[in-house]
Amino acid sequence: MSDTEQTPAVPAQAGAPAVETVARREPLLEVDHVTLRFGGVVALNDVDFTLYKGEILGLIGPNGAGKTTCFNAMTGIYQPTEGQIRFRGQKISGKKRHHITKMGMARTFQNIRLFPEMTALENVQVGADAHHKTSVVAALLRLPRHWKEEREGREKAERLLEFVGIRHRMHEFARNLSYGEQRRLEIARALATDPVLLCLDEPAAGFNPAEKEELLQLIRQIRDTGVTVLLIEHDMRLVMGVTDRIVVLEFGKKIAEGLPVEVRDNPKVIAAYLGVPDDAA
Amino acid sequence: MTTVLDKLRSGREAVGERWHHAPRWVRWVLLAALIVFFYALPNKEFYQYLGPIPTPGANFTQVLFTISIYVLLAVGLNIVVGFAGLLDLGYFGFFAVGAYTVAVLTSPSSDIKTLWPWLLVVPIAIGLTMVSGVMLGTPTLRLRGDYLALVTLGFAEMIRIAATSSTFLKGQRGFNQIPHPPGEYADGKPFFGVLDARPYYWLVLTLIILVVIGVRNLTHSRVGRAWISIREDEDAAQLMGVPTFKFKLWAFAAGAAIAGLAGALFAGKQNFVNSQNFELLNSIIILAAVIFGGSGNIVGAIVGGGLVAYMIERFRGIELFGIELYEYRFLFFGLVLVVMMIFRPQGLIPNRRRAAEFKDRRKEVIVGE
Ligand SMILES: Nc1ncnc2c1ncn2[C@@H]1O[C@H](COP(=O)(O)OP(=O)(O)OP(=O)(O)O)[C@@H](O)[C@H]1O
Ligand SMILES: [Mg+2]
Repeated sequence: MSDTEQTPAVPAQAGAPAVETVARREPLLEVDHVTLRFGGVVALNDVDFTLYKGEILGLIGPNGAGKTTCFNAMTGIYQPTEGQIRFRGQKISGKKRHHITKMGMARTFQNIRLFPEMTALENVQVGADAHHKTSVVAALLRLPRHWKEEREGREKAERLLEFVGIRHRMHEFARNLSYGEQRRLEIARALATDPVLLCLDEPAAGFNPAEKEELLQLIRQIRDTGVTVLLIEHDMRLVMGVTDRIVVLEFGKKIAEGLPVEVRDNPKVIAAYLGVPDDAA
Repeated sequence: MTTVLDKLRSGREAVGERWHHAPRWVRWVLLAALIVFFYALPNKEFYQYLGPIPTPGANFTQVLFTISIYVLLAVGLNIVVGFAGLLDLGYFGFFAVGAYTVAVLTSPSSDIKTLWPWLLVVPIAIGLTMVSGVMLGTPTLRLRGDYLALVTLGFAEMIRIAATSSTFLKGQRGFNQIPHPPGEYADGKPFFGVLDARPYYWLVLTLIILVVIGVRNLTHSRVGRAWISIREDEDAAQLMGVPTFKFKLWAFAAGAAIAGLAGALFAGKQNFVNSQNFELLNSIIILAAVIFGGSGNIVGAIVGGGLVAYMIERFRGIELFGIELYEYRFLFFGLVLVVMMIFRPQGLIPNRRRAAEFKDRRKEVIVGE
């Protein structure tokens, strides 16, 4: 996969070869003509795109475009009204949420949803527990499997906290962490479930430019470990800098898809973003 | 006023801090001393030196047995309410299932006349209670919020009504001659007799210690993390791979099993079980005890269960201006709870997380001013 990696700082001067390599890639997530209605509101309207293994795909669009709804449909919170979503070739709808997580999909939340009265470490351990098999009886009697998984989970959690840069805060309750630390903790918790696909819902919201740059760095590192990333973001520049491809939603419809440069110059996208108060300028 | 309260508060918190920072051996020695104290407590030679602590109006040893049962129940309910965050308003119903299982299978007044020994029936009682917990939980734990509270409330009432009016469960007449636990002294006298409540208390105390070790093992594991994560944010827990339904059901089953054990112990001591033992009020008292002690904390539940049961019994036999205080025990109990919720809403010995949360809230209030 490394041969197809682009240096995001120099966004695809030669578009054609990149498209070719993408085509060779294995589809990981297929959003297949998905429509999702809430009563009269059509939150997703025939949305159709594919996410390939190893890429960073940006999902952008103005407020209320349906980006978060798309995430929610992918993670089993909402069922599509029409169409279907396939992850690693399997249909998502009807699957239990924790099962989808076990299949390798993990996410963060636009409005942070940690376990506030658990420590940072425990938050990440919950994620690591997703693949643990210690039964209630084994935990009650402290059988060897309990000790083994407990040690592994703890080591993994500490490693991930180190990776996102908040290991020194691991015994602090999540609620006492700063806003930025909480966002990082969410990423660590999601990574602890060993995802194949990591979905980040506006992970840089409320960050200053320096913090955003650090976060970009982190996202690239995550991708380099072999995790595919789906990134919702408002900040156009941020998306340009880090994504391999971009899908643009507006009013629940996909209005563009392609390489960052293509999308940036697409008149429909420019129109959608014109006058929209965001940090894109 | 507030400064005095603050001092009191920080004083208590300091005790907690000191405990957590004390060397391991100090903690073990203190814990051992405490356990020895509670084993010695029902002996008259010991408690007669404890001033006003023994209850004047009732046999203190009997009272201790009652308290120990409440403690066991509080520890069990704390799993459900304190850790998993599920509001169970009918917890005493499981206690009734445990007690009636023993009554039906051991008592000569039972219709089926199996007359099995007590010890054999205890595991059956625990198992049946667990099954009833799972049966009650399976349809309701999929739902969110207040349904569970309503259904559990209904369950406890259902058990009580069945006990009152079904001929099989004998209503007011009840079951008598329920056998005691086995064991005898060298001279052939039974260890668990009719008059002396001490052996029963010791038995329950020992079981409390074992149950607490078990519950602690669970809460310090993947299981406990799952429970707390469900309490904190059920959706997020699911999306992080926690099979929430399964673990809620386990919390329910574990809580029920402990209540079933308590019911079996109660029946084995009491010798007699009838429908009057299972009023709804008992469920509320235990829930109050858990919250009073500090929900989500095992030590808090123990202290809460112990103090609440003790307070109620302590009023017995005290007269003030010609009024029997025991008659008004629930009034006092209610008052204490109200005062408590005003000055220490997190409970006496809160879970450290809770303590932090309430501290922060106080800060927020102060900042808000
Ligand atoms: N549970 C729901 N019930 C009804 N309408 C909903 C629900 N969830 C989302 N919507 C509507 O669906 C549309 C898309 O919302 P969504 O949150 O997906 O937008 P978004 O692209 O994530 O926007 P933002 O950038 O503000 O986060 C909005 O019009 C929203 O009001
Ligand atoms: Mg959104």
